[in-house]
Amino acid sequence: MSAVFFFLAAIGALAGAIGVVMLRNPFYSVLSLVFHLISLAALFLLLRAEFVAAAQVVVYAGAVMVLYVFVVAYVGGGEELPSGGGLRILGPLFALVLAIELCIAMLGSALKGISGKGAPYVPGFGSPRQIGTLFLTKYLFPFEVASLLLLVAAIGAVVLARRRRGLEPDEEFETALHKPVSRRVGSMAESVGARRDS
Amino acid sequence: MAIGWYLVVSALIFVIGAAGVLTRRNPLVILLCLELMLNAANLALVAFARLHGNADGQIFALIIMVVAACEVTVGLGLIVAMYRRKLPIDVDELNELNG
Repeated sequence: MSAVFFFLAAIGALAGAIGVVMLRNPFYSVLSLVFHLISLAALFLLLRAEFVAAAQVVVYAGAVMVLYVFVVAYVGGGEELPSGGGLRILGPLFALVLAIELCIAMLGSALKGISGKGAPYVPGFGSPRQIGTLFLTKYLFPFEVASLLLLVAAIGAVVLARRRRGLEPDEEFETALHKPVSRRVGSMAESVGARRDS
Repeated sequence: MAIGWYLVVSALIFVIGAAGVLTRRNPLVILLCLELMLNAANLALVAFARLHGNADGQIFALIIMVVAACEVTVGLGLIVAMYRRKLPIDVDELNELNG
């Protein structure tokens, strides 16, 4: 039974990954990645990583992908031209060589455990309780550093994408600031509608 | 299922992501392909965690997800900045630093 689920999820994950690379419209690529991530969460569940699977669906397929969809809608992902010249041939060739090498490295290795089903399952493995205990005891320092990293990334994104340009003066704003205006503009006499030209 | 199958799936996803980074020109899609590669590493880590019956690998996977989220925010910020400056959204034409 688990073999059926494994093949369904694996085929879904691979199809989603191929869709990300092959589809021309970036919006469809993002949707394909969402499908890929959900299939991958199913694989995590088969590997008894319940908390990681839940975090994958909620954080990745939920929050991060919404960010992507917003940016694609903002930038307006048009159709792109196919990559020209050498990379178009060399890229897939390199990928093929890398795939063969990785498969040889993984399946041809002398690791005996790989052909087994892994360690016997103990109840509570991969549960939020165990992950939380590990994060707050053994891995406390990486946990805190991760929060700092998130803060730095958030500030960096705000600085990068803000409306006013970096150090260049905003010309429209400067000219509006120094435009000569009559002394009466903004005075009380103007607001009550007194018409006396001077 | 044997753990080796999961590793093969992870390797294939990584390779697909690498091919995408090399062949696509839209920086948005390149970021998506980077996500694919990070997720392949995640799958391998979780598979090895299952192999050893030790949850440390899952902690690694969660930290990788944090790093990926940071990478996405900064990358998307860069793309929005490029769009605001009316630069082409194409990595082949952004070659000012190319000497």
